[in-house]
Amino acid sequence: MKLVLDIAWTHVVSRMRQTLVGMLGVAMGVGFSVMMASLMEGSQRDFVTQLVDSLPHITMSDERRSPPRQPAEDAYDVVAFSGLRTPVIRPGIKNPFAIMSSLEGWLDGAVAPSVQSRAVIRYAGRDTAASVTGVDPKREREVSKLATQIRGGTLDSLYKSSNAIILGDKLAAKIGARIGNTIAVVSGRGEVLSCTVVALFHSGVSQNDETQAFTLIKTAQILAGQTGLINAMRIRVANIMQAMTVANRIEAQTGYKSVSWQEANEDLLSAFEIRNFIMYTVVGAILLVASFGTYNIISTITHEKTRDIAILKSLGFTEKTVRRIFLIEALLIGVAGTLAGWALGYTLCLLLGMIEFKSPFMDATHLPLYFTPNHYLLAAGVALTASAVAGYLPARKAARMHPVEIIRGAS
Amino acid sequence: MMEPVAAKKPLIELDGVTKEIGDGVLTTLVRDIHLEVGSGEFIAITGPSGSGKSSLLYLLGLLDVPTEGDIRVQGNSVNGLDEAARAHLRLSTLGFVFQFHFLLPEFTALGNVLLPMRALGRLDDAAMEERAQALLASLGLAGHTHKKPGQLSGGQRQRVAIARALANEPHVILADEPTGNLDTASSEQVLEIFRRLVDETGRAIVMVTHDMALAERADRQVRIVDGRIV
Repeated sequence: MKLVLDIAWTHVVSRMRQTLVGMLGVAMGVGFSVMMASLMEGSQRDFVTQLVDSLPHITMSDERRSPPRQPAEDAYDVVAFSGLRTPVIRPGIKNPFAIMSSLEGWLDGAVAPSVQSRAVIRYAGRDTAASVTGVDPKREREVSKLATQIRGGTLDSLYKSSNAIILGDKLAAKIGARIGNTIAVVSGRGEVLSCTVVALFHSGVSQNDETQAFTLIKTAQILAGQTGLINAMRIRVANIMQAMTVANRIEAQTGYKSVSWQEANEDLLSAFEIRNFIMYTVVGAILLVASFGTYNIISTITHEKTRDIAILKSLGFTEKTVRRIFLIEALLIGVAGTLAGWALGYTLCLLLGMIEFKSPFMDATHLPLYFTPNHYLLAAGVALTASAVAGYLPARKAARMHPVEIIRGAS
Repeated sequence: MMEPVAAKKPLIELDGVTKEIGDGVLTTLVRDIHLEVGSGEFIAITGPSGSGKSSLLYLLGLLDVPTEGDIRVQGNSVNGLDEAARAHLRLSTLGFVFQFHFLLPEFTALGNVLLPMRALGRLDDAAMEERAQALLASLGLAGHTHKKPGQLSGGQRQRVAIARALANEPHVILADEPTGNLDTASSEQVLEIFRRLVDETGRAIVMVTHDMALAERADRQVRIVDGRIV
């Protein structure tokens, strides 16, 4: 084995130009595959993170999946209701704090109560519709990133005045309101509440920044005209991939509709499946092209050694030994190229990560990249397999040839 | 010194050997060859171009297998041996010198001579190097051991090739037009080396040549025409 390694090593180091060309071929394939995989998976993960982090992982509302059975339905087989008028007020979650305590008993995460309502915000003669959410600042901190998105104050600024409100920065810009201004919030029932803007928030998702406002729970309850109303629970879980399972359990336990981030974004996630397919096709195509390049270069190097193969065979080297020499040579080039490719891929990712990228819809100022050893291992696996095949097949063919044919051809 | 060979038993024996090639339309390279190569013999195989001289040499060197007939090395038939066994026999018993030196260009003269010894693994590293140095020195290459083939003259390369052929102390040296690419002085040197090997070590040499002047320097001439010994 030492002789085989020595011959392979001598071949590789003494033909440095060829070796470098082979190495570069492998390195390019590995490097660009790593870069593309990192870029594509990074952009996807970034999008999901933005989507998931902008909202609680699970929202439990005071709605039910199907309407509760009426006593008349239980009493008679077939019942038709006509002229039934549903109450205007929202039912709210019954015993919300008991439910919270119960959930906190087993849930790996955090729960925060909230009041969801729709309103029109009016300032300086400009009106805009908004979704006003009443939150408990102490608990809200645990379930969303709102506290980190506040500009010009803190989430606790809500305690500063009796009717404090935090507006999305784009919403504030739309109506021309600034921190310290008093704005009118008109509820669906027509009640007008004067609120003081104590801070702005910027989530980076335009839709939220243009339509969301936050107040204390008490303020939102006054706006809804229902004291003690809690109509939604905002829940954050430690493992976001478990959100759907946890939501199902909450729904089974409480009977209230619990929507996980996966369910809320079902259409987007199914679009991701197509995107995933495209991503793996693109990365696979790059790896395939790279492996053909690798095969081409290394098999050419091996072909050029056909005469050496004949010489070794005429000396008394067996076919197996000859094949092993060229397989090791190809792997040496493949390994060196892979290491260089890893460095190239990592450098390319770092350089791409430095590029500033601005979008009118998102805040991503840099290209999102995802670093994982899996990309490097996948690229290395394909490159080394291509190198091994590229070394083995031509060497096998040459080793099977009659040395006499090669010797005569070379003379 | 080479290992002793059983008395009077030919080193290589060709018994009714025929070699044909081609698919469908067969071409006969050599036909019904009977030839014995004994210890201490210097045989020249002569004949016109395309007569089958080199084919005969490759059959003797176990690089080719006969279509018919039997080849025996030291009395043992090699017809049934597999590729690995034939390769081992070639490595331990035979040495080749070609018209072109066929040295591995990436290795030094010393490295080339060491190759067959390392493949056989009969000696330890120090003994192998000592023997390779001694072989190169005996062929007038003491100062060139660490030069690569590209740094040597044609005659020097051919002498390195002879040293490589002698590395494992073979019983028979098979030479295919060994002086074909050499000038007169270098050719003379090669022939002197061959003569010395035969006279001093008792090895057998089978040399293919179309040069009758060179052939006359051998002990025995085998003339081949249209694949047959005449």
